[in-house]
Amino acid sequence: MTRGRVSQARSKPRWRWVRLPGLLAVWASLGLGPALQAAPFLPGSDGQVLERLPYSADPSARQSRALRKGLRAAPGNLDLAVKLALNDIKLGKAEADPRFYGYAQGVLSPWWAMPEPPPAILLPRALILQNRHDFDGALADLDKLLRLEPGNTQAWLARAVVLQVRGRYEEAQQSCLPLTELDELLVPVTCLSSVVSLTGQAAKSYELLLDALEHATGLSAEQRLWSFTVLAEIAARMGKDAEAERFFRQALEANGKDAYLLAAYADFLLDQRRPGEVLALLSDKTRVDSLLLRLGLAKRQLQASDLAETVASLQARFDAARMRGENLHQGDEARFALFLLDQPREALRLAQANWAAQREPKDARILLEAAIAAREPQAAQAVVDMLGKTGMEHVQLRRLAGRLGER
Amino acid sequence: MPLSLLLGIIAIVLYAGPVLAHKASDSYLALTARDGRIEGQWDVALRDLDYAIGLDADDDGAITWGELSGNREKVAGYVLPRLRLSAGGAPCPLKPTDYLVDNHTDGAYVVLRFAVECPAPGNAIDLSYTLFFDVDPQHRGLLRVDYQGATQTAVFSPAQTSQRIELGQTRQGAAFLQYLREGVWHIWTGYDHILFLLSLLLPAVLYRQGGAWQPVASFRPAFMEVVKVVTAFTVAHSITLSLATLGVISLPSRWVESAIAASVVLAALNNLRPLIDKRRWAVAFGFGLVHGLGFANVLNDLGLPRGALLLALVAFNLGVEIGQLAIVSVFLPSAYAVRRSSGYRRLCLNLGSGLISLLALVWLLERALDLKLING
Repeated sequence: MTRGRVSQARSKPRWRWVRLPGLLAVWASLGLGPALQAAPFLPGSDGQVLERLPYSADPSARQSRALRKGLRAAPGNLDLAVKLALNDIKLGKAEADPRFYGYAQGVLSPWWAMPEPPPAILLPRALILQNRHDFDGALADLDKLLRLEPGNTQAWLARAVVLQVRGRYEEAQQSCLPLTELDELLVPVTCLSSVVSLTGQAAKSYELLLDALEHATGLSAEQRLWSFTVLAEIAARMGKDAEAERFFRQALEANGKDAYLLAAYADFLLDQRRPGEVLALLSDKTRVDSLLLRLGLAKRQLQASDLAETVASLQARFDAARMRGENLHQGDEARFALFLLDQPREALRLAQANWAAQREPKDARILLEAAIAAREPQAAQAVVDMLGKTGMEHVQLRRLAGRLGER
Repeated sequence: MPLSLLLGIIAIVLYAGPVLAHKASDSYLALTARDGRIEGQWDVALRDLDYAIGLDADDDGAITWGELSGNREKVAGYVLPRLRLSAGGAPCPLKPTDYLVDNHTDGAYVVLRFAVECPAPGNAIDLSYTLFFDVDPQHRGLLRVDYQGATQTAVFSPAQTSQRIELGQTRQGAAFLQYLREGVWHIWTGYDHILFLLSLLLPAVLYRQGGAWQPVASFRPAFMEVVKVVTAFTVAHSITLSLATLGVISLPSRWVESAIAASVVLAALNNLRPLIDKRRWAVAFGFGLVHGLGFANVLNDLGLPRGALLLALVAFNLGVEIGQLAIVSVFLPSAYAVRRSSGYRRLCLNLGSGLISLLALVWLLERALDLKLING
């Protein structure tokens, strides 16, 4: 039979006869794309505010500005440059704003292309490469740094994170161990629980991290954010929904703006079919593509009247990234294609490409979902193999893998 | 009302601001070549300009039009020299014209318009671009060149600071051919469409008299019958294919696919127990509307090209018609040749229609109930 004929049958019936104006708007923006946005204008008055610079009042941003001033006075100063780059990276990570990674790379440009740069360059360079999804490049820099400075705990932690993203759990675990040198036990415990919980030992990791959190005192907001996020994700994977909810909320109390946490909690709420809360959580945080995507998915669940506008915005952003020749968000784009555009084959193509770069549970999940929708179960065999090999406990992944097997 | 729904509604009401994105830094450089003249428009993000040369004079975190227009010389003096154009080996100076503002997905941009004055225009222009690469190596310059209705694009990066654009190349033809091929391919591999059409065409070389089939005496009535059926089917599916592709109508694909299967069942059964005899073209039209929705699902699955929706639609539809005509042009002469044999009536018309209706019934069950009964 013809390709993809009944592939959309899994979605709910969508009767959209009456929403002609909205649909025409989407169509127009899809068809005309950038041309439609291009409507240059002459502002009416000198006082008209054109742009608000983000985080101008943020302490980290202020610090970056001060460091930049210092660097301008002393160009080529390695110490200042590394400090500024790391501060920009911190800003970029917290706000999921890629421009800051670009600035950081610019600051490091005198040393950027050196095969053997001063050791201080290696950590920020690795973090920037990781953000560009050059995971091998990042690992090479971290390994180089750790040969020179085996006691560099930041480098060990960064290395553990990269290896976990790549699905190399044993090596990631090894990379957490040197962190036990730190006074604060919660750091190695969180690092280890995060990795080991993906290898068939979720219950043990969960207990260990919970226990460590209960006994820890005087934790920084940053530490609570990380540990509670990891704990909430483990609980969610195990199907302990009430516990996951509680820990997500505690993580949000530590930092209600962290893009990674907001995305993880939104995914949890979407699984619970609580789209209204996703809207309340994310409506003012749509600058971040991954969060706008989750907002769109929530609107889809709600059958919201302005879904079409969100879909058009997302399309414009993915198009903009593609125009740059970039494909850093193929996992999110696959979800967009599958759930908001009803294009299972395109979603599968994106999910497969994404899986080649990233191997986190969410990457496994979209690959399974796309393979099921496109009726190509063999396309997700790699995930089934991974589940078998790692013994990963994950309620949704196991359920999806089961559905894949039925076909 | 559940709480989550209530919260959702509140959020929808509260949410009205523009949806701005965090994205890496890009500038948009558009050149239009027309009648030997080149005009340019360069959109540069205010945030990037502020980072590079400082626009927020009063340091209040907001950039006003006063601050931007007061810095016109400074902005143009910083941006424009970072693009160098040449043609025929001679540099083309840029002459600034307008200074405007536009909004993109990630915020406000200054729009610099300029005229390009090439002393030796040729068939190609060479561009060299270095804006922001020193402060943000992840910056990209997105180039778009329009020439005689064709668009070419290229990306400037620190690793690729120069580009040569040949004027007069076009790539739309390739896209058109691709969708044309997909259309032909789809009708040939979409057995349900072929079988539907065949079910309506099988009796075209016969006519009913006294409750029995008789072979037509001449080619003309058979040909006219085929033309009527095929035209009606074509017009109908073109209408719904267009409407669905343009987003005017949308039906669940399971519903559409089931209805297509049902149309094949009914068309085939009609040959065994004719209810509609004279006006088969009307059947072709009515069910053709449904088949068009099916074509639209396929086209949608192929992924529609941004900016060339109409081109894809026309090419795909044309491909479907070509594929369909190829089938008809093989069917009609062969059927006409053997119309007098009793084998044609017994084997082709009766047994053929019976088998088609059975097969389509299986499809109908599969699609309506989301089952898998046969492989294929």
